[in-house]
Amino acid sequence: MNGMNRRQFFKVSAAMLSGSSMAALGLAPQTALAEVRQYKLARMTETRNTCPYCSVGCGILMYGLGDGAKNAKATIVHIEGDADHPVNRGTLCPKGASLIDFIHSPNRLKQPQYRAPGSDKWQTISWDEALDRIAALMKADRDANFVEKTAEGKTVNRWLTTGMLAASASSNETAYLTHKIVRSLGMLAFDNQARV
Amino acid sequence: MTNHWVDIKNADIILIMGGNAAEAHPCGFKWVTEAKAHRGAKLIVVDPRFTRSASVADVYAPIRTGTDIVFLGGVIRHLLEKDQIQHEYVRNYTDLSFIVREDFSFEDGLFSGYNPEKRRYDKSSWDYERGEDGYVKTDPTLQHPRCVYQLMKQHYARYTPEMVERVCGTPQAKFLQICEMLASTAPANRVATILYALGWAQHSIGAQIIRTAAMMQLLLGNIGMPGGGINALRGHSNIQGLTDLGLMSNLLPGYLTLPNEAEQDLPQYLAARTLKPLRPNQMSYWQNYPKFFVSLMKAWWGKAATAENNWAYDYLPKLDKLYDLLQVVELMAQGKMNGYICQGFNVLAAAPNKAKVLEGLAKLKYLVVMDPLATETSEFWRNAGESNPVDPSKIQTEVFRLPTTCFAEEDGSLVNSGRWLQWHWKGAEPPGEARSDIEIMAELFLRIRERYRREGGTFPAPILDLWWPYANEANPTPEELAKEYSGKALVDLPDPKDPARIVRRAGEQLAGFAELRDDGSTACGCWIFSGSWGPTGNLMARRDNSDPTGIGQTLGWSWAWPANRRILYNRASADLQGRPFDPQRKLIYWNGKAWAGADVPDYKADEPPDTGMGPFIMNPEGVARFFARAGMAEGPFPEHYEPFETPLGYNPLHPKTPAATSNPAARVFARDLADMGKVEEFPHVATTYRLTEHFHYWTKNVRLNAIVQPEQFVEIGEALAKELGIANGERVKVSSKRGYIKAVALVTKRIRPLTIEGKTVHHVGIPIHWGFVGIAKPGFLANALTPSVGDGNIQTPEFKSFLVKVEKA
Amino acid sequence: MALQSLDIKRRSATTSPTPSVREPSVGAVAKLIDVSKCIGCKACQTACMEWNDLRDEIGTNVGVYDNPADLTEHSWTVMRFAEYENPQGDLEWLIRKDGCMHCEDPGCLKACPSPGAIVQYANGIVDFHEEHCIGCGYCVTGCPFNVPRLSKKDHKAYKCTLCSDRVAVGQEPACVKTCPTGAIEFGTKEEMKEHAQARIADLKSRGYANAGLYDPAGVGGTHVMYVLHHADQPTLYSGLPKDPQISPTVSLWKGVAKPLSMAAMALAALVGFFHYMRVGPAETSEEDERNAEKEVSHE
Repeated sequence: MNGMNRRQFFKVSAAMLSGSSMAALGLAPQTALAEVRQYKLARMTETRNTCPYCSVGCGILMYGLGDGAKNAKATIVHIEGDADHPVNRGTLCPKGASLIDFIHSPNRLKQPQYRAPGSDKWQTISWDEALDRIAALMKADRDANFVEKTAEGKTVNRWLTTGMLAASASSNETAYLTHKIVRSLGMLAFDNQARV
Repeated sequence: MTNHWVDIKNADIILIMGGNAAEAHPCGFKWVTEAKAHRGAKLIVVDPRFTRSASVADVYAPIRTGTDIVFLGGVIRHLLEKDQIQHEYVRNYTDLSFIVREDFSFEDGLFSGYNPEKRRYDKSSWDYERGEDGYVKTDPTLQHPRCVYQLMKQHYARYTPEMVERVCGTPQAKFLQICEMLASTAPANRVATILYALGWAQHSIGAQIIRTAAMMQLLLGNIGMPGGGINALRGHSNIQGLTDLGLMSNLLPGYLTLPNEAEQDLPQYLAARTLKPLRPNQMSYWQNYPKFFVSLMKAWWGKAATAENNWAYDYLPKLDKLYDLLQVVELMAQGKMNGYICQGFNVLAAAPNKAKVLEGLAKLKYLVVMDPLATETSEFWRNAGESNPVDPSKIQTEVFRLPTTCFAEEDGSLVNSGRWLQWHWKGAEPPGEARSDIEIMAELFLRIRERYRREGGTFPAPILDLWWPYANEANPTPEELAKEYSGKALVDLPDPKDPARIVRRAGEQLAGFAELRDDGSTACGCWIFSGSWGPTGNLMARRDNSDPTGIGQTLGWSWAWPANRRILYNRASADLQGRPFDPQRKLIYWNGKAWAGADVPDYKADEPPDTGMGPFIMNPEGVARFFARAGMAEGPFPEHYEPFETPLGYNPLHPKTPAATSNPAARVFARDLADMGKVEEFPHVATTYRLTEHFHYWTKNVRLNAIVQPEQFVEIGEALAKELGIANGERVKVSSKRGYIKAVALVTKRIRPLTIEGKTVHHVGIPIHWGFVGIAKPGFLANALTPSVGDGNIQTPEFKSFLVKVEKA
Repeated sequence: MALQSLDIKRRSATTSPTPSVREPSVGAVAKLIDVSKCIGCKACQTACMEWNDLRDEIGTNVGVYDNPADLTEHSWTVMRFAEYENPQGDLEWLIRKDGCMHCEDPGCLKACPSPGAIVQYANGIVDFHEEHCIGCGYCVTGCPFNVPRLSKKDHKAYKCTLCSDRVAVGQEPACVKTCPTGAIEFGTKEEMKEHAQARIADLKSRGYANAGLYDPAGVGGTHVMYVLHHADQPTLYSGLPKDPQISPTVSLWKGVAKPLSMAAMALAALVGFFHYMRVGPAETSEEDERNAEKEVSHE
């Protein structure tokens, strides 16, 4: 690492001489000598959101390509903290500051997939196929194993052989609808990340 | 949190214990640095490791994992012995003077009523003594030998500084220094706050640890005060919301509870939950339970829920036992479950004892995973070599993986730790064919409903009758759902005092839960969220951040449950005359006619301060409880029990009672008990935790986070490394009775050996973020090591304390 | 953007006078890093990479929290963690955000032979303009803090710009905005010095008798300053230099480069001290060599 090889020597000295002599002659180089990088957010669409990680609930600003016009696809290209937010006041932790790479993670799922019994790979299926098959499996299991009454004759109306874990990062609206559906099916094996 | 993030800035003393706020909640932790910088607050950190929080603390003390009750019980003893308590507060706002039943006892580490076969207590003796008027007997002089004050003093007399040092390994001098700092907040104008998280919850005695801390705060008069409280820093962005909405085996929205199978009729169910006051003139707010319940049933089953059919009471499943995650994994492993749906939940990594979860998943007929990201759970059948050595051909489970939107691609609200419901807006379309969870759940439900309509089947009524009023049935909007849980009038609602006057028109949104009725005329999916989308619109979307008092209340920012109240129990921040205990930090006060101030009063708004109504309006006593009555599984006073995998093998407080070694009422199955390791074979104490650079198992899919913390490691102290001949950066194998992981050893000064009962105990720190899916360096799921045993109250697994063996890989 | 509008104070290897009539009314800017408030969360690292469209390699763990392990052309700032047992026997975890100090008297700029590749704005920010960088690595040698890094990909030097693009439109740098605990603040240099005094008073009240400001005079002061609990021992903080100075060879270089009449002589004179220069990776492609020779033959 120490020292300089011949090639670098030539390069350096050549540039130094040419540059400084041109400047001395009062000739500006063809490109500007100094210019800050262009500010990239000027006309992007700003959308307010909440960081999906921990429960501080930091406000974030998501910057989408384009100005919101119909023909522009608003891919999110930058996220920073919302300075108006009383808790985070514009700050974000290393996770919140990296959210852009969550949205565009190479491991985002894009199509419904199916893994057959005994298989060692995924196959892509359509939403219709997936939802129909799941609905059929759930109904068959519920019909076969639903307990209306216990041996002692108590009405219990419960379904114990299928369970569900709900998402701790899903919205209240998702959670509310999920709960409503799950109880209508009589499911009891129902939990979320709160106690884990 | 009883308080909220910004309010931390009002604290004089901040105790971080059972958590690592700087690491796990950096942006909330800023209010700790603000309190330090602008109030001169002092920060105390108690943790087995010298953490990122400790790096900016004024005082750090080490503690052996799982012994927090001894430490906090020691603080309680110190406060009682030195009489450093907030007298006016505890006399008037707590149960110190209440007299306990004569048959209540505590001997040899066990409370009265224990049944060792069932590992459960008969709690009937854990109660107050009642007078002839039906109210609880009290002794305001606190001299009665069975008053709560005397019983508590006696209970914690054993928790001496010597005992703390012996059991926790905390040097006495450090312990006493911390006692003094906490005691400095007993005067009415000084306040301490406590910030904790899963470092307390994830123990077999987790709930009781937290209770001990709350008791300490009550003694100091710090509950209800700005800058005070007991503050759970929740882990996930909406874990508070999901708990509030009751997505647990035994709950309904708003902390209503599902019926037990013994509760065969509605009046019986309601009577048990409609709590009558235990003292004169108390609010006992749960007296309104029927209003909340009937409004929920109307939101779920609409016209099908009628007075005649007990508001569709039979549509609700009835519990024979809890079906928490540990129970469900046990049933799976026994082959008793057929289907499982994981909505954004990586259960293979998140539940204890990975091998058991793997066995369970492999016995399912079908598994449905909804997630924006690839997860280990969805690929549990994939052979990933040593870290997931399965044979796919032997796993017959059908697996469906459904791509979902992420936060950026949807509208909706999340509840933060401070109970703020904050609305967010969609900024882009999801990738590929991903759909929102709402759409997936709705589509799935409609397909099931259609099959029941077409084919019939078992008990289809609750499915066919489910109220489904959404404009696009296959994709309800977040706005429709938010309005539904917030609540509306179903018919014109007359004013109870003047029936000629209509207070709400049919279809109008309600302003709050005070408007709910038990006659089927209101619908509300979650009573504590009532008013979040009120008659004036979506209050969760509010963005007025003004803070006129300067104490950080911002009542116009979003909406907090309940009733936009920011600090719970805030009535307790004022004295019996209604004057703020601390005039510098006024929260609410009595203005002669009503309660006013910087918060929504947690009290009857026009109740004069001196009528004897207590500030803890949800409790039928009206006051806070030191004596938990039947509220806890292990006993009315927290007692220390060792972790299930204990480095001692006995409980130093009860060395001669094996039944009292570990929590006698913990959630544990026979198979899991057999899977516990002994110190002879696994000599090192392990604890698992998060790092600030990562979020659980998500961010190993996120490049920037993978860059700043790329590879799995475990932390061991220099002394243990020397003993085992392990150099910094070398690979090690860490094993427990249940499995092993291999990782880089990070040798540090930040973990020092502790002397416990004369023995040297080494801690091993195990960050959890790696696995066999992701773009960070592949690693092992840390739950390969963890034991399957849960707290007796909330069944939270003991991820924070177990035994391992460390060796060179 | 025209040169005149940029309020440039100095340009590397340029002898024509810089427009210097304008003076910012509130003086130069500065970033203050309060080490006593820093929790080492690395939000500044990811926010820096995010804003500047940089992605470093996913590396390995070598037994420390420092990741990436060092500054690179992609990591313009890194956290350095040091475990220190103080004389009282208590442990301190000293965590320092490392990166460009934006010296008032920038050694990199003085050492740089390529006209306009390094500039100093009137607001104090020292910025690299890679389109003019020739990859010689003199800036690395000239820097008393060992900050600039040469890219193996394009053989150009990179370092923190203090988000000159954000500052130019009135925003704070990305690392400043994101810092969860307020350990990084941004304002005028005068304001930051005042703020530092309040922080130092607080630290002294908490028992750090030697708390102080790091704004080293040897480089004319810096536009990135630290509040240290142990200002008497900056080297505790992963080797922060106690009294940084610009290398004497750089002064020599400036001496020979300025008078143009000496240009030819400089060529010869330089050979002697190139030997002392520490440069980045000496991997130069054949193409580079051809270009270099072309440049020489042009001349």
